[in-house]
Amino acid sequence: MTLSIWLIVSVALFCIGLLAALSRRHAIFILIGIEMMLAAANINFIAFWRFAPQPAQPIGVMVAIFSIAIAAAEAAVGLAMVIAVYRHFHTTSVDQLDRLKG
Amino acid sequence: MNSVVFAIIAIFTLTFALAAATNPRLMHAALSFAVMFVGVAAFFFLLGAEFVGLVQIFVYVGAVAVLIVFTILLTRRDAEKDRGFNWGGVIVAIAVFAGLVWAILKTQSVSIGPPVIKALTVKQIGEALMTSYVWPLQCVGVLLTAALIGALILVLEDKRE
Repeated sequence: MTLSIWLIVSVALFCIGLLAALSRRHAIFILIGIEMMLAAANINFIAFWRFAPQPAQPIGVMVAIFSIAIAAAEAAVGLAMVIAVYRHFHTTSVDQLDRLKG
Repeated sequence: MNSVVFAIIAIFTLTFALAAATNPRLMHAALSFAVMFVGVAAFFFLLGAEFVGLVQIFVYVGAVAVLIVFTILLTRRDAEKDRGFNWGGVIVAIAVFAGLVWAILKTQSVSIGPPVIKALTVKQIGEALMTSYVWPLQCVGVLLTAALIGALILVLEDKRE
């Protein structure tokens, strides 16, 4: 159980999130992909904290807690935007939201 | 840390993550997303950060998953239509994965075992939050309030006249 195995698992989770964010057309799925990437980053923070020599303060854990709080705020605003966009354009497909396209 | 437990949790988490990323049915994908976060929380438990694991379950499985399900239900009329799948994203994701794994395997300093540490108690986390991290904590409070008000304003019906 070395640190590199944890990093590889978190890279796999990150890339699945990237896949969801890049290849899905539905706006909610792009948000889900971003949340997955943030979770992968949190796993990295906690893994580096666990495998490093212990400092006086649990820095990695603190960063992960703040990152979860900010990700929750981001999800709330993002989903509110999806609802607002749906009301306005009657679609949540990001391919059809091309009014600003030149 | 038990490698068998680790392998089981890793397969569980990555399977549900893939299901959430590729399932064309929105509601099933949202539920896979919630289950995936239980797996991520299990990773945190395995790493000795129990508090973060619990916060993860409360916030994601409890709140964010419900928010996503609500949003899917509110945009339902649109949700059932089949969407195209962009295969370019698959290629980019595989390329990023290969590059990062190559970088991790090339780096000597990350192939280390875990040191023996004292268990991290919630008391320690609380003391750290209330002493050296009190300023970021207040900022996160302001940010969450702003996000709450912003989300409310975004979804308010605009009153014409």
